[in-house]
This record gives sequence, C-alpha cells and structure tokens, in this order.
Amino acid sequence: MKTSFPLSLQTAIIVLISLGLILLALGGVFAPVTNQFQRLGVGVQTWVSTRYLAIVDFLTVPRDVASLRQRNSELEAEVARLQSQVIDLQQRVTETEILSALVDFARANPVYTYKAAAVIGRDPSPFLRYVIINVGSNAGVLPGMPVVTDKGLVGRVDAVLAEAARIQLITDSASAVNIRLQTSDTEAMLSGSITGDLSLDMIPQDATVQIGDVVLTSGLGGGYPPNILVGQVINVRKLDSELFQTAAIQPNVDFNRLQFVLVITNFKPVDITPLITTPGP
Amino acid sequence: MRRSLLLAFPVLTLVLLLQTAIVSRISLLSGNADLMLLVLVAWALQERVRGTWFWPILGGLLSGLASGIPWYLYLACYLLTVLLARVLVRRIWQAPLLAVFTVTFAGSVLLMTIMYLQRLFLQIPLEFGLTSSQVVLPSILLNLFLSIPVFFLMRDLAGRVYPAEAVA
Repeated sequence: MKTSFPLSLQTAIIVLISLGLILLALGGVFAPVTNQFQRLGVGVQTWVSTRYLAIVDFLTVPRDVASLRQRNSELEAEVARLQSQVIDLQQRVTETEILSALVDFARANPVYTYKAAAVIGRDPSPFLRYVIINVGSNAGVLPGMPVVTDKGLVGRVDAVLAEAARIQLITDSASAVNIRLQTSDTEAMLSGSITGDLSLDMIPQDATVQIGDVVLTSGLGGGYPPNILVGQVINVRKLDSELFQTAAIQPNVDFNRLQFVLVITNFKPVDITPLITTPGP
Repeated sequence: MRRSLLLAFPVLTLVLLLQTAIVSRISLLSGNADLMLLVLVAWALQERVRGTWFWPILGGLLSGLASGIPWYLYLACYLLTVLLARVLVRRIWQAPLLAVFTVTFAGSVLLMTIMYLQRLFLQIPLEFGLTSSQVVLPSILLNLFLSIPVFFLMRDLAGRVYPAEAVA
C-alpha cells in the first residue's frame, strides 16, 4: 500500500518539523546532545591542530635554528660592544673621579699652582722608582718641582723633556725627604728603599713616636713645600744602643696605581748643596 | 746590513714604549724584565742577521733616555751582551735555545751588577741579600721566562727581513 501526500502538504510538514526542532533547540532541549558533539568536535580539532603544528615545527625548525644562531651571534656581538663601552665608561668615570679629587685638592691648597699630568710609564730599571709623566718643559715643568696627588706627596721632577718628565718617587732608594711628625712635632728624615718601602730615620731618642702618627713634609732643606701629607707611622723601632729611633711608614699614595699627578709649578726648590760642608782630612 | 739599521729604529722604539708602559709595571716581587735586553739578545742570536752592532748602541741610548740609570751603562752592558751572543752564535748554533738562555742569563746578571754598582757608587745604601732576593733574582727569572717567546718573534722577523736563499 502506498500512501502519497500532495507536495504542498509534504512541504508544510517539513517546515513544521523544522520549526519545531528550532524551537526545541532554542528552548534548550538539545543542549546535552549538542554539548557532547561540541566536546567531541573540539577534541578532534585540538588533536588535529596540535599534530599539524608539530609537523610544521618539525619542518621549519632547521631554518629557525639557523636564524636563531644568527640572531644569537648578533646579540653576542652587541653584548661585547656594550661591555667594551661599559669598560670604557668605567675607565672614564675613574679618571673623572681622580681628576675631580685632584681639582678639590688644588682648590683646598690655593697657595700653589698646579699642572696636572698623566703617568704614562715607569723606569725600565728595577733598581729605580721613577715614573714618566706626559707634561714637560713646554708646560713649564722644571727639574726639582714637587709632585703630589690629592692623597699626598709623590716625589719630585728628576729630568725634563719638551713633552715629558721623569719623576723620582719618594719610595726610590735615593730619595730623602725632611718630614715632621704631626703629633709630636718631631722632625726626621724619610727614606725610600730598593723594595719601595718607606722608613723614617734620624728620629731623636727622646721623641715620642706612636703608631698612627701622621707624617708631613717639614719644608726643611727647601726641596719640598711644608705640610704635605706623606703617610702614617705603622711601626717604631727604638733601641737604647742606637743614636736614633727608626720607624716604618705606610704612604698615603698608592704608588703602584698612580694614574694622574699634580706638579707644583710655582715652588722653587732651593739648592743647598754649596752649603753642605764635607769633613776635611 | 742596511735593512737591519733601518729596522732598528721602529723596532727598538716600540720595545722602549712597551717596556716603560707595560713591562715595567709587571713586577715579580720588586724585579721586572728588561725587554730591550731580550730583543737585543734574540736579534744578535740570529745567524743570518747583519749589522747587529747598531742595535745595542741605539737600544742603550733609548733605555738611557727613559731611565734614571746613565745611558753609557746601558750601552756598555748591551754591547757586552751582544758581543757574547755573537761569539756564542757561531759556537753553539745547533742549540739556539741553550744560547738564548745562556746569553740572557749572562746579560741579566751583567745588567743587574752594573746597576747595583752604580747605586753603591752614589752611596745609596743597598742591602745585598735583600737586593738579590727582591730585585736581582726575580728580574733574571722574568728575563729567562720571556726570552723564549721574544726569541721566536725575532726569528720570525729576521726570516722576513732576510729570507733564506734558495738552494740550487
């Protein structure tokens, strides 16, 4: 038996069923079913997407490594350049700090006029404690002029060229400086040594010398201006059998790290050699 | 010979700059190496080199210019050392390293002795034991240590200036 409906009736039934399904779906009747389908669909899509991306990664990784290596080398070069720049700037900061300290020292001691100079070398001989600076007679530097830093006495000019000068440090074994102990107001002689250590000689036996006493130039002999800081007493040696006491001195200036110095250009050293009488026969 | 003379000026000037700016700042105890001496020894020990006598003269003058030690002491020391090197280079040329060590040691001892005597002559009190242990021995050790690389550098330089003649 075959029942047949007119075409218009079939269309009306389909439309009604469709509208009913839509109304039921909008009413939320199919929500559990659609959720299950969504979950399944999302899971499948996630799996497919993940696998696809893995395959893409696998195919494109070699190219990325190459580009990353190139980028890495570029960044390493940049880091090296910046590190070099940092070192350069740190050096400039250090130099600026030193020069600033020297300027402060010069302002605090306006009696003298100064010429700043950079230390550019050291004497080739290990027996001598000399340094070479980058100013000479063209800048008004003359032999005998005292040399200082903001920390204290350095030495004096030994020889001069047009654009350079050689400085004899107070640590040189041939150096002798007349000094004064600030606390006890005692005068003595400061000597250098072959190892660069400083010592005080000719301290009278009755003088009271203590560790930590400040050592200043006395100005006697005319070789150095008075009251320039030299260092501190770190050890005293007093023997009753000897005529004088001796003491070891810790210099205020770090002679191994001298970078900049000030030459006192308006101090005229006095040559007292003709006044020194040699004992007759 | 002309090449050796012309080469002496830039090489020894550079050596003096390196000595005063760098080598003198690198000290072992209170001693330091004498790069000028090492270069003169290494150059004098190159058998094919001609005109070696000009080098110690110029080296002595340059070192004397930079140092508080009189130039004629450097000159005398360098000349004697080069003389020893030229004598040895003909006798033990098969063992150049032995010659390098021998001449470097002898030259260093000579230089230290001359400097020490000069200080004594100026009536500067120097304790012999302290000077030996703190200055002389460390300086000799540094000289011996640096003599080998300096020798090979100078041998390369001599090879460039005096290329070996082709054997027929």
